[in-house]
Amino acid sequence: MKKLICLLAALVLVLTSAAFAAAEGVSAQDIKIGYICIGDLNEGYTAAHYNGLAQAMETLGISEDQILVKWHVPETEEAYEAAVDLAEQGCDIIFATSFGHESYVLLAAGEYPDIEFCHATGTMASTGGLDNFHNYFTSVYESRYVSGVVAGMKLNQMIEDGVITEDTAKIGYVGAFPFAEVISGYTAFYLGARSVCPSATMDVLYTNSWSSVDLEKEAAESLIASGCVLISQHADTTGASIACEAANVPIVGYNISMIPTAPNNALTSAASNWGAYVTYAIQCVINGESIPADWCKGFSEGAVYITELNESVVAPGTAEKVAEVEAALMDGTLHVFDCSTFTVNGETLTTYTTASGLEGNEMVSDGYFHESEVRSAPYFDIPIDGITAITE
Amino acid sequence: MSAVKEPLLHILKRDGIHPARALMIRLAAVLASLVVCAVVIVLITGLNPLEVYAGIWDGAVGTNRRMWVTFRDAAILLCIGLAVTPAFRMRFWNIGAEGQTLAGAMAAAAVMIYLRDAPAWAVYALCPLAGVAAGMLWGLLPAVCKARWNTNETLFTLMLNYVATQVVSFGIVYWENPKGSNHVGLINSSGRQGWLPDLAGNGYLLPILIVLTLTALLYIYMNFTKQGYEIAVVGESENTARYAGIRVSRVIVRTMALSGAMAGVAGYLLTCGVGHTISTSLVGGRGFTAIVVAWLAKLNPLAMTLVAFLLVFMQKGANQIATQFGLNENASEILTGIILFFVLGCEFFIRYRVAVRRRGEGVK
Repeated sequence: MKKLICLLAALVLVLTSAAFAAAEGVSAQDIKIGYICIGDLNEGYTAAHYNGLAQAMETLGISEDQILVKWHVPETEEAYEAAVDLAEQGCDIIFATSFGHESYVLLAAGEYPDIEFCHATGTMASTGGLDNFHNYFTSVYESRYVSGVVAGMKLNQMIEDGVITEDTAKIGYVGAFPFAEVISGYTAFYLGARSVCPSATMDVLYTNSWSSVDLEKEAAESLIASGCVLISQHADTTGASIACEAANVPIVGYNISMIPTAPNNALTSAASNWGAYVTYAIQCVINGESIPADWCKGFSEGAVYITELNESVVAPGTAEKVAEVEAALMDGTLHVFDCSTFTVNGETLTTYTTASGLEGNEMVSDGYFHESEVRSAPYFDIPIDGITAITE
Repeated sequence: MSAVKEPLLHILKRDGIHPARALMIRLAAVLASLVVCAVVIVLITGLNPLEVYAGIWDGAVGTNRRMWVTFRDAAILLCIGLAVTPAFRMRFWNIGAEGQTLAGAMAAAAVMIYLRDAPAWAVYALCPLAGVAAGMLWGLLPAVCKARWNTNETLFTLMLNYVATQVVSFGIVYWENPKGSNHVGLINSSGRQGWLPDLAGNGYLLPILIVLTLTALLYIYMNFTKQGYEIAVVGESENTARYAGIRVSRVIVRTMALSGAMAGVAGYLLTCGVGHTISTSLVGGRGFTAIVVAWLAKLNPLAMTLVAFLLVFMQKGANQIATQFGLNENASEILTGIILFFVLGCEFFIRYRVAVRRRGEGVK
C-alpha cells in the first residue's frame, strides 16, 4: 500500500512537472527544431516543405544553428532512427514531411512524450492516442479547385477560338496512385474546371509512383494521344509539362510553377504553403500551448495558393475570376465539394459514411461534403460522373 | 648500346607475401585514400577535411544510439554477405541475394499479418521459418535449373530479383494501410506480434548476436566440414570434383539452398527486427552491396565483419556530413568510391611487385 502511494505520488509529480514544463514554453532563441525530409532541395516536394521551414524561421526569428535537417530519409526504420536521433540532440519539435514516415515517427513519439512530433499528410494522429503526435495538411483541394477554374477558362477560350468543340473539351490528369488524396485533388480540379466550362470531361491515368519524370511524361503523352486537350497532374515532377510543351497542350502543374519547363503552355500550378503550419506549430511550442491533433487550412490562412498565372497563355479575365473564386472560398459562400455541382452514378450525394479509414462518420451535411474536417488528410474518395479513372 | 631496351618499370608476380607486409600495404592504401579524399574535399567544397572526417565519425558512432544503429545495419549487410559466400566459393554466380532476402522478408511479413491473433510463440517460431523457407525457395529455383539443365545462374538469379520485387508489390495491394497509399507501414505496431524482442532494454542487440553466431557457424562450415570442402573442390574444378566422386549437382543444389536460407534469415531480421514492414525497397540494394562485401573479404566470413562495418560506417558518416555541411549525398558517395578504389587497388600490390630498372643491370 505504502509502495502504491509512493508510486502514485511520484507519478503525480512527474505529470505535473511535465505539464508545468509544457505550459512554460521555450524561447524563440532556445527552441531547437528537427526536420525530416525524404529528398533534398533538388526535388520539388522537399523544397516546398523546406521553404515552409525557412518562412517560419524568418517570421519567428529563428537562426540557422537551431535547425537540424535530416535529408534523404527513406520511409523505413531510418525514419525512426532519424526521429530519435533528433530527439536525443535536444529538439523541442520535430517535423516529418513524407507520408510513409508516419508510423515510424509515431513510434518515436511514444518514446519521447515531452517532444512534439508533427507529421505532414498522415492519418494516424486522431487515432494514435498520443498527445505529442500531430498531423497536418493544407486544404490543397481549394487551390486545385481554383487552378481548375483557370483550366476551365482556357477550355472556353479554345472552344470560342474553334480549336476544339464543346464535346471534345476533355482534360487529362496524371495521378500518382488511386489514393484518397489524389482522388480528392482531381475531383476538386475537375469541379473547378466544370464550374466555368460545363461540358468538360476528364480522364485520369495513374503512374503508380509519386515522383517519376519518365512515367509522368509518358502518361501525359498517352492522355494527349487519346484526345485530351488540357493536362493537369498530381505527381511531383515536371514530366507532364515537358510532354505538354512538346505537344503544345496547356498544362496546370502542381507544387511549383511549370513556366520554366513549359513557357508556352503552362497556365499555373496548385500549391501548398507549408510555412503557415510550421510557423503556427513552432509558435505553439514557444507559447507553451498544445498543438491540435489535426490541422488543415486553406486560402483563409494563406496555406494554399496558385502559382503565378502565365499571362501570355491564360484566357483573358482569368486573374479577375481567380480573385473572385478565392474570395468566395475564403468567406465560406463557396464549397469545393458542393453536392449540387456533381452527381454519383447519376444521383446527388446526400450521405457518405464509408470514407476509407473513417467509416461511420457522416461527411455530407448542409449540402456539401466536409473535406479535411474530421481529419487533416483528404478522404473524398468517391468516383463522380464525368471523370473516367483508367486503372490498368 | 644494349640490344634490348628495357622498360623503366617491371611488374613481377610475388611468390608469397608476409601477412604483416600485406597488412602494411592495406593500411597504407587506407591512409592514401584518406589523403586523396582530403584533397578532393578541399578542392570541391573548401571545407576543412579534418572537420569533415570528424563529421563522418560523429555520424557513424558519435552517440550511443548511432553506434548501435551502425553495428546493427552492418550486421544485416554482413548477413547477406554471408549468404552469398558459399555460392561464390563454389563459383556459382549468385547475384540474386536482393531477391532472396526480399522473399524472406515478404514471407515473414505475411506471417506477422495473417497470424497476428495466433499465440505469441507460434508467431515467433513461424516468422523465421517462413523467411528461411522463402529465401531457400528463391535460391533453389536457379540451382535446380542449373543442376538439371545447366541454365545460366547469373541471369536466372538476377531475374528472380525482379520477380521478388513484383511479388512484394502484389502483396502490398492487399496489405497497404491506408488503402491506396501503397504503404504497409509498421506491422503490428500496437501488439508487436512477431517483433524481435529487446535484449536488456536494447532493441539493436539481438539481430547483431544472431548474425555474429551465423558468421562463426559459416566459418566453421566452410573450413572444417566435409560439405565445406566439397564446395571448395567444386569451385576449383567441377571435373576434379566428379573425379573425386563428388556429386556436383547435389552440391550445387545443397549450397544454394543454404545461400538462399541465409538470405532468408536476413530478410526475416529486416522485417521482424529492423523495419517491421514490407516494401519493395526494404532490402534497398544491400543484396548487391553484399557481393562487394563478400569479395572484398575474399569470401572469408571473419574478414567480412570488418568490411561490412567499414561500408556501413562510411554510409552513416556520409549522411551526417550531408546534413552538417549541406553537402549533397553524392559527395559522400565520391568519398566512399575513392576509399574503395584504394582498398581494392592495393590488392594489386599484394600480388605483384613493381621493379624499377637500374642502370647497367637487368631487373632482378
